[in-house]
Amino acid sequence: MTQLDPRVAMHLSDAAVSVELETPDMTLNIGPQHPSTHGVLRLVAKVDGERITSLDPVIGYMHRGYEKLAEVRTYAQITALVNRIDWVSGFSNEVPFVAAIEQLLGVEVPERAQYIRLILTEMARISSHLVFMSSYPLELGASTPLMHALREREHVLELLESVTGGRFHPNFNRVGGVKPVAGGGSTMKKQSQDLPAGFFAATREAMDNVLAICDDLDRLVTGNELIQARTVGVGVIPPEKALEYGMSGPNLRASGVKYDLRKVENILPYDGIDFDIPIGENGDCFDRYVVRNEEIRQACRIVQQAIDKIPSGPLQAKVPRILKVPKGETYVRAENPKGEMGYHVISEGGRIPYRVKIRSASFSNLSILPWILEGELVPDLVAILGSLDFVLGDVDR
Amino acid sequence: MNFWLELLIKVGLVLAVMLPTALVIIFAELKISAHMQSRIGPYFAGGRFGWAQPLADGLKFMQKEDLVPADADARVYKLAPYVVLMGTLALFVVLPFGPDAVARDLDLGIFYLLAVSSLSTLGVLMAGWSSANKYSLIGGLRAAAQLIAYELPLVLAVIGVAIMAGSLSLNDIVTAQSNWQWFDTLPTWVNIIPPYMILQAVGLVIFLTASLAELSRIPFDMPIAESELTMGYLTEYSGLRFTMFFLGEYAGLVAMAAVAATLFLGGYWLPGVSADVLNFIGPIVLLTKIMLIAFVFIWMRWTFPRLREDQLQSIAWKWLIPAGLANIVVTGFFKVVF
Repeated sequence: MTQLDPRVAMHLSDAAVSVELETPDMTLNIGPQHPSTHGVLRLVAKVDGERITSLDPVIGYMHRGYEKLAEVRTYAQITALVNRIDWVSGFSNEVPFVAAIEQLLGVEVPERAQYIRLILTEMARISSHLVFMSSYPLELGASTPLMHALREREHVLELLESVTGGRFHPNFNRVGGVKPVAGGGSTMKKQSQDLPAGFFAATREAMDNVLAICDDLDRLVTGNELIQARTVGVGVIPPEKALEYGMSGPNLRASGVKYDLRKVENILPYDGIDFDIPIGENGDCFDRYVVRNEEIRQACRIVQQAIDKIPSGPLQAKVPRILKVPKGETYVRAENPKGEMGYHVISEGGRIPYRVKIRSASFSNLSILPWILEGELVPDLVAILGSLDFVLGDVDR
Repeated sequence: MNFWLELLIKVGLVLAVMLPTALVIIFAELKISAHMQSRIGPYFAGGRFGWAQPLADGLKFMQKEDLVPADADARVYKLAPYVVLMGTLALFVVLPFGPDAVARDLDLGIFYLLAVSSLSTLGVLMAGWSSANKYSLIGGLRAAAQLIAYELPLVLAVIGVAIMAGSLSLNDIVTAQSNWQWFDTLPTWVNIIPPYMILQAVGLVIFLTASLAELSRIPFDMPIAESELTMGYLTEYSGLRFTMFFLGEYAGLVAMAAVAATLFLGGYWLPGVSADVLNFIGPIVLLTKIMLIAFVFIWMRWTFPRLREDQLQSIAWKWLIPAGLANIVVTGFFKVVF
């Protein structure tokens, strides 16, 4: 029997009737320059129509080598670097790092300095979450919440600036306490910088305003049917998947896992402060939004309580002028706005660390992208990407 | 009068009325959105209120390089903005600004309107296809899908009005609205309410929703979708051609608002004013109504987020089209009974 040409055989057989016209998937390159990738994240997506069949995140465009840079700098210099990891909440990056050094040195930080750190960390959390509150609706197409949320954030940043001198990169923490007063002459240098006059009253007012803007956002965004249509049931992350991928922070809590480092192991005096951990039910984009909105309210509560409780006293422990950290290693982590931020510091003795490993929240939070975006639509890609609230500086370091 | 001279005057008049109106609406959008977002908005160009900002923007765009991507289908790419602008400007031909102030009073005015209004989508599809950009392509295809979904509710919404007025000519529809008498038992002041705004309220809502989709404005701006597709079919355009699209978008807004005002709000008609006077103040009345509807569009845009393409389709097919059909049935029923 002669061999039929396979194409002819196909044509003759019944199977030919059901052969579908196959169209190749289109490769859509999203980023590194794209309005909704928050900087320079690149996503190489294979799309079938508008449905994503596979996705390949490419990171590293923002790599600045901070871990390597830390190996050739003194400990005091490194705080200026770690500020810039997650630049939306610069202050909260510093705290776990100096806490790690304090642990290695065995220094006890005065309580007032602890409380100042706590207040400013929570204010950094508020400002970071307000950025999310403003940018997330923008990604869904609503640009009005942006202006209102950022207006209140500006007041919070002004307060941060009044204490630290920097809006984004405070560089305010010192090993053993907080920054000494700037330009105060030799007698003033002996004392540490205290909070500026009128800070507490201004902070209370700012917190009231932030709470008010949270209510405004509830009316404008949370209750908006179209926002809910875009976010409810979109990008569902089940709790076990969230844990598998090492997610942390509001993203993890939105999936229903009640885990907050502020309650578990904290380097700041959260023990005496009463606050709730908001958790989501479904782990969808809407829950991630609502959890953050609620966290702003809780952060306001924390700040208000901390203002009531803050003791007087010194702001700086006695530490030598030239820091020589004894041999040893430690890992200190803290609950940052984006999630768990940790520093693994190894010291061989001397003025510079041997190695600093930075565990950043956004990097781990983003690792779920290929799993969660497979099979989603391109518009949902934007909704999911925005809801994870990452900062590229925090991903690449 | 010489035919060509008359044509030239009419074209000139349409352009002279519509393009400034579009500019005014661009300015209104800049200012209104600024107030909604606790901003100031433009305040420099042209003096205190920044009234010349749209003109300044246009001048700036004209100075920019007119880029054509190397892989683009240059001829189609260059033609697309003109198709878009032409499609919207052609709508103004049949719009009556007064009993006699109309460029061409067609008997099939509505039919012409609906046919021409889909032309600009062709331009959008051309732009999306010829740009040789995947974002543009997705944007163009989204626009085409949107057109298919929303042309139908638009037509269904208009049919109710046509049944009520018993005519397809826009001038007759306005006359029918001015002749409408409410029941004698009601106080006389109700006669100042445009009748179709109440009687065809369902049609009005469907028409406004569908025209938002037709204009691809938020919440239906998926063809542009800045955060997803950078700028959709507009991504590659620059300079004068971008201005054409931009102007076309706002001229389209004016046109759709004008159609909605004519069909549902009584057009140039003002209660208690004779036809002779209406020829003069009619344009002002119509423009006021256009501005009112444009304000609603602007308001929507700065309040809502963007829907998803499949959600848009389900709104069109599951809600607007059945509602439009029901509206026709009810309207027809009452037309026969009364």
